[in-house]
Amino acid sequence: MRIWRCLQRGMLCALLVLSQAVGAEEESFQRVQVADPFVEMHTGAGSAFPIFHVVDRGEEIELLLRRHDWFKIRTARGVEGWVSREQIARTLNLDGSDVQLAELTQDDFNQRRWEGGVMGGDFGGAAVISTYAAYHFTPNLSAEASLSHALGDVSNSIFFSFNGVNQPFPEWTYSPFFSLGSGVIQTEPDATLVASEDRSDQFLRAGIGVRRFLGKRFVLRFEYDQMTIITSRDDNDKVKQWKLGVSVFF
Amino acid sequence: METRRVGIFLMRIYLAFILVFGLSAPALADNHDLDGSVDTEDSLGQVVEQSVERRTIDEAAIDTENLEVTAFAGFISIEDFGVSSVAGGKIAYHLSENLFVEGTVGTSTANETTFERLNGDIQLLTDDQRDYTFYNISVGYNLLGETFIGDDYAFNTAVYVIAGAGSTEFAGDSLFTFNFGSGYRFLINDSFAFHIDFRDHVFDLDLLGESKTAHNLELSIGASLFF
Repeated sequence: MRIWRCLQRGMLCALLVLSQAVGAEEESFQRVQVADPFVEMHTGAGSAFPIFHVVDRGEEIELLLRRHDWFKIRTARGVEGWVSREQIARTLNLDGSDVQLAELTQDDFNQRRWEGGVMGGDFGGAAVISTYAAYHFTPNLSAEASLSHALGDVSNSIFFSFNGVNQPFPEWTYSPFFSLGSGVIQTEPDATLVASEDRSDQFLRAGIGVRRFLGKRFVLRFEYDQMTIITSRDDNDKVKQWKLGVSVFF
Repeated sequence: METRRVGIFLMRIYLAFILVFGLSAPALADNHDLDGSVDTEDSLGQVVEQSVERRTIDEAAIDTENLEVTAFAGFISIEDFGVSSVAGGKIAYHLSENLFVEGTVGTSTANETTFERLNGDIQLLTDDQRDYTFYNISVGYNLLGETFIGDDYAFNTAVYVIAGAGSTEFAGDSLFTFNFGSGYRFLINDSFAFHIDFRDHVFDLDLLGESKTAHNLELSIGASLFF
């Protein structure tokens, strides 16, 4: 997706350069009207950057781009600078109505479609680093793919799993979830151990966890699960795992 | 016997699946209703909007630039193995004016230890084992500032502190690695930036039968693009 966007941007840039070369019009940006007595323009995207200009009530400004909670704007006189999200939220649309900026709440968090995050924890005594992406069909049901790397004293493992997740009470502040899934684990024994070789096994996993909406677009997530690795030996391996991490939702 | 046991286990898992997801079926139906009504509103909104000139802003149409992609190169001092060149890439997502998360991958090749150089034909590691590759996921905190060059130029900059964890593939092993350090981001304009980065990568290496903590210091410069 990202590559497509890059390509698209590349093509857009090329088009822009070309169109400017033949003297075409500039890109048009969205405009709003200042409703506060004045809006403060900073030299950079952050409250730490100094205010160098103010725009008076009634003036129209163009919204050029956005970086986290800051908007780069251009005044009618062509002055460019950065304005905080709070101030943009208090401007007016050109038809006189209030500008509506999405305020992400727990409700939006429950209506989200995509979620991605990184987690760290313990996998049967080994340190584990994990990343995952999830797609939510409904506030209760989601599917997720996760890739983990466990680094232990005697062996290292990389495992990929695909899980179905049920979150019965999405409206709770600490919302529990249950997950079931299966995957493949590749185990590589420590180089200093002899007479052992890499092996690849399937596993099944069942987990419970809890999520908490942190504000903005962040979610704190804790997960505990039990994995049953189906080995070619007489006994299956059972491994307990816990992870704590932060997710972002889109 | 073994296959039977796996079979029974699989059956239990499937039963559990049915139980968990069967229970959520009513909730699923409810949400379809909810979604349906939201969709109708959306399509109504579109019909109305199309008939008049756009006078209200569409937040989603504003270009957001929170993603920063960096290519970097520099030097890394791999403990006991001398100083080598290092190169790699980073992707950072800026969460707020202060916080960002960053994923890094990098690669280097370890030199010979002094012991190996003095003893000609003795090699502690094979050529393959000298390949040093790492990845990490880190969280950074920006201390924003400005840098002035001459009387006419002011650039937005940030000094950041950063720490995280990841893995290093070295000496035929994958090693759990902590990293921490500091860097300087110099924004040329809204889309381009330069970096100077200083990082310590810490792992326990068990090379000669005795585990020891190795500090591997990295100094690099990078160029980045915001998307």
